[in-house]
Amino acid sequence: MCGIAGVIHRNGPGDIGVELTRMLQSMKHRGPDSTGYALYGPSDDMVVIRFILAEPNESRGFGMDALIEKHRAEAESRLAKIGAEVATISSETGYAFRATMRYSGELQPLADYLEDIPGCEVLSLGNSLEIVKDLGDAATVDEQYGLSSFRGTHGIGHVRMATESDVDLASAHPYWAYPFADVAVVHNGQLTNYHHWKRRLERNGHRFQSECDSEIIAVYLAGKLEQGMPLEAAMKDSLDDLDGVFTYVCVTGNELGFAKDEMAAKPLVLFESDDLVAVATEEVAIRHLVQSEATTRDPFEREVKVWQV
Amino acid sequence: MAGVGTKSGVRYDARGLVEPEAEVPGIAEVSGDTARFDAEELTTRQINLELRDLVYRQGIKDVTIANPGSKNSLAVGILERIKLTIEGSPGWFACGLIDGPEVHIQGRVGWSLCENMMSGVVVVDGPAGSLTCAAIRGGDVVVKGNAGARTGIDQKGGTIIVMGDVGINTGFMMQRGRQIIAGNAGDGLGDSMYDGTIYVGGEVASLGVDCVPGEWTDADTELIERKYRIYDLGPVPEFKKFVCGKQLHNYDSLEPSERKLVI
Repeated sequence: MCGIAGVIHRNGPGDIGVELTRMLQSMKHRGPDSTGYALYGPSDDMVVIRFILAEPNESRGFGMDALIEKHRAEAESRLAKIGAEVATISSETGYAFRATMRYSGELQPLADYLEDIPGCEVLSLGNSLEIVKDLGDAATVDEQYGLSSFRGTHGIGHVRMATESDVDLASAHPYWAYPFADVAVVHNGQLTNYHHWKRRLERNGHRFQSECDSEIIAVYLAGKLEQGMPLEAAMKDSLDDLDGVFTYVCVTGNELGFAKDEMAAKPLVLFESDDLVAVATEEVAIRHLVQSEATTRDPFEREVKVWQV
Repeated sequence: MAGVGTKSGVRYDARGLVEPEAEVPGIAEVSGDTARFDAEELTTRQINLELRDLVYRQGIKDVTIANPGSKNSLAVGILERIKLTIEGSPGWFACGLIDGPEVHIQGRVGWSLCENMMSGVVVVDGPAGSLTCAAIRGGDVVVKGNAGARTGIDQKGGTIIVMGDVGINTGFMMQRGRQIIAGNAGDGLGDSMYDGTIYVGGEVASLGVDCVPGEWTDADTELIERKYRIYDLGPVPEFKKFVCGKQLHNYDSLEPSERKLVI
């Protein structure tokens, strides 16, 4: 099942943390197992990284506090070794970390070097993207990570009902498009040519953090963006290249777009005004963002639309 | 049965039923044979409990629900010939399994409007999501905006009128009844339909398997003009008619015993 949501403010930052929490919590019935956010804050010359050093359930194991602390120190040491000048590093949970740093090198070696630490997984990396995901509903994750105060231009979110993989962070959305900065995807559906595309992208040097088909979409799109293709064209290509039933939302540093498969098998409702665009699996999420009876519409099959900040 | 609480405050029992301990809110303003209540602060279960209490216990014949907030599964299983007005937009599964009511939705609706409807009338002022009127058995449903994919899938009777466009596979496996689509239709119109009639006023992206143009008769004109008149839908545009070609294997003339021999 699962529920997805996205919001983009076209005339400057808004309270996207609060907004997405409201939208996602209203769709809790579509997926109470985990909730995730990809949020875009103000972009500056700092690189921001979100990573975990253990799954939430593992972190409660015997001796894990000391082990995570050891790995955190190792992570800081490795960041310094690779040339990153860490400005801040913090953790709300004890196993998930956020760091800001000055770094001008390639992102892939940095991510690979960090993920070589046992249990480490880089959730997001870029100049403005921050992916936060954890077990439980949106209210729980919001409270845990203090997302209500997050202001930014755009963001996406996902509530997950685990159907074909574990209830863990590796299977939770959104997915960062490793190793590309500031690209993330949330998806509702199933890809039936998952293995085909995974093998193909792995042959081109990509690695995957999960066994989840949704991660394919993020890396597929980022690969096209890297070749200079506009996001909308890449998403249109995906309608022919990806098999299955899907509706997904993709975000970059300055864009948000959705795509619906040719069978229109997965729902999406769209609200669009001059300064705000919102998309969600169910209308009820839009109502929690726009209080009035605003005009909305359901996009048809093979529809792709992209908005810029 | 004891319920299980969650952080959101919504409670489930061991069977997964939402809010097993919910009670009739009793907030409706009743005046003679009519009643009205505001659903903004109510849960889905509370709204349906209030509605059912008004209709079945108090015998109210005219109910208005304000501010439905796109909540799912509203007004499901109403089997009385009442008048129901919903001021705003309900969510998914609205008016499923109804038999008899006359419903006016002054907003839009989500997926699966009027699923398995038996009889009655439902008029939606805005658009509807996908799977509108899936497996409908009877009654009239009028959607004044667009409707999504698979409108009238498995339709077994009744009349679906959509004043806007419809999505892919509208009328898929339709078995009986009529669809009047004033706008355009997506790919695969009437795919694998068994029977019934689909009228389209706009363009058809493509016809589905075994869906073919039908011969226009005076009865078609009379039907469409009557429906437009009843629901005050304005001038009647020109329609094209589509029916089942009856060329698929299930329409051969063989007896079951003969079919076994052929196979």
